[in-house]
Amino acid sequence: MNFYIPPQIKRLALAFIIFIALFLVLRSFLVPDSFGQYGFYRGESLADNAKPEIHYAGHQSCLECHQDIEDLKLMDVHSDISCETCHGPGQKHVLSSEAADIFKPASRESCGVCHEKNAAKRKSAIFQIQLDTHNTGKNCTECHNSHQPWTMKE
Amino acid sequence: MDNERVKSSRRKFLRSAVAVAGATLGYTWLKSTQFLVYAAEPEDKSLPWYGIVIDIEKCIGCGSCAKACKNENDVPVEPFFFRIWVEQYTVMNDGSVDIKSPNGGIDGFKQTIPDEKIFKSFFVPKMCNHCSKSPCSQVCPVGATYESPEGVVLIDEKYCIGCRYCVQACPYGCRFIHPEKKVANKCTLCYHRLKKGLAPACMEICPTGARMYGNLRDKNSELVKFLKEHTTQVLRPNLNTGAKLYYNALSSEVR
Repeated sequence: MNFYIPPQIKRLALAFIIFIALFLVLRSFLVPDSFGQYGFYRGESLADNAKPEIHYAGHQSCLECHQDIEDLKLMDVHSDISCETCHGPGQKHVLSSEAADIFKPASRESCGVCHEKNAAKRKSAIFQIQLDTHNTGKNCTECHNSHQPWTMKE
Repeated sequence: MDNERVKSSRRKFLRSAVAVAGATLGYTWLKSTQFLVYAAEPEDKSLPWYGIVIDIEKCIGCGSCAKACKNENDVPVEPFFFRIWVEQYTVMNDGSVDIKSPNGGIDGFKQTIPDEKIFKSFFVPKMCNHCSKSPCSQVCPVGATYESPEGVVLIDEKYCIGCRYCVQACPYGCRFIHPEKKVANKCTLCYHRLKKGLAPACMEICPTGARMYGNLRDKNSELVKFLKEHTTQVLRPNLNTGAKLYYNALSSEVR
């Protein structure tokens, strides 16, 4: 039981120990505290990812002021569509209540995005029209009420 | 004499082997101190475990989802980078397949191929699959991308060094380098909205309800009910990525 450790190995071992100790000291300064809290990543990054502001307010926010429109909508085929699908992001409008802060689609193309005929759209999924032959030159809202599409205007 | 030496060296070897094994074992017990090794996976069952369903039969290719995603997450409109996008697959009568995604579908789709030539056609909305064994987070050299305790694959923008390994590793092509921030960027399943109790922007605005998200742990959730009642499929199941984005009515042409 007598281990003979040559002096050069001892020196090498010492160098290693110093190197590892230095590494550990440096590491403790460089690695953020929350690293490894949940896994191999910075735990605080979860909060960072939850931080950005929302742009879409959500359907419930719209109903606080526009329940009347929702009642119209519920009576027709557009009942399941969220307001912001056509009107765009509404958080700015929710905060300011300015009409200028919300988009009002008023072109044939805006309706056509969903309703233009395409072979890939299932007939059961959506009512489709040929934009270039269906009452050309007229705006959709001249005949249809966009919230109640099947209640035709005169 | 020789025999004696062999025995003693074997004893020495065994002794040091036991010491090494013991030290390793002892070290694993020290894991809780998080000295060098990190906790593997949080098993917090109280949090939701998010999954996604996309119903191809309901998708009408309006591109509202792709547009909403750009608005909600401030993804630059040009040049064209997408967190989520829509592809149109058209199988011709001669068997060839045409795949289109003009501007990622944010302006909708115009039919360019006449009906007579088409055998079938359908839209495939693509997005991050939020894999539970995600290749992108496995290759990250600095721990800047990870699977959150809710099963959402996220990026730590402060830690990302922009090395692009993850962009190459993702088999679904769902990552890109943000042209202004110069770090990796991808779908976060609108983590900031989920945390506020809101639906992700794309799910919020989908007019036909083709997109659904929900808690896979809750066996009574709408999502799990849908998965029970429909034949769903993930993309590239052979890669064993543990994808949590399930497609209903997925055709075999989809890549």
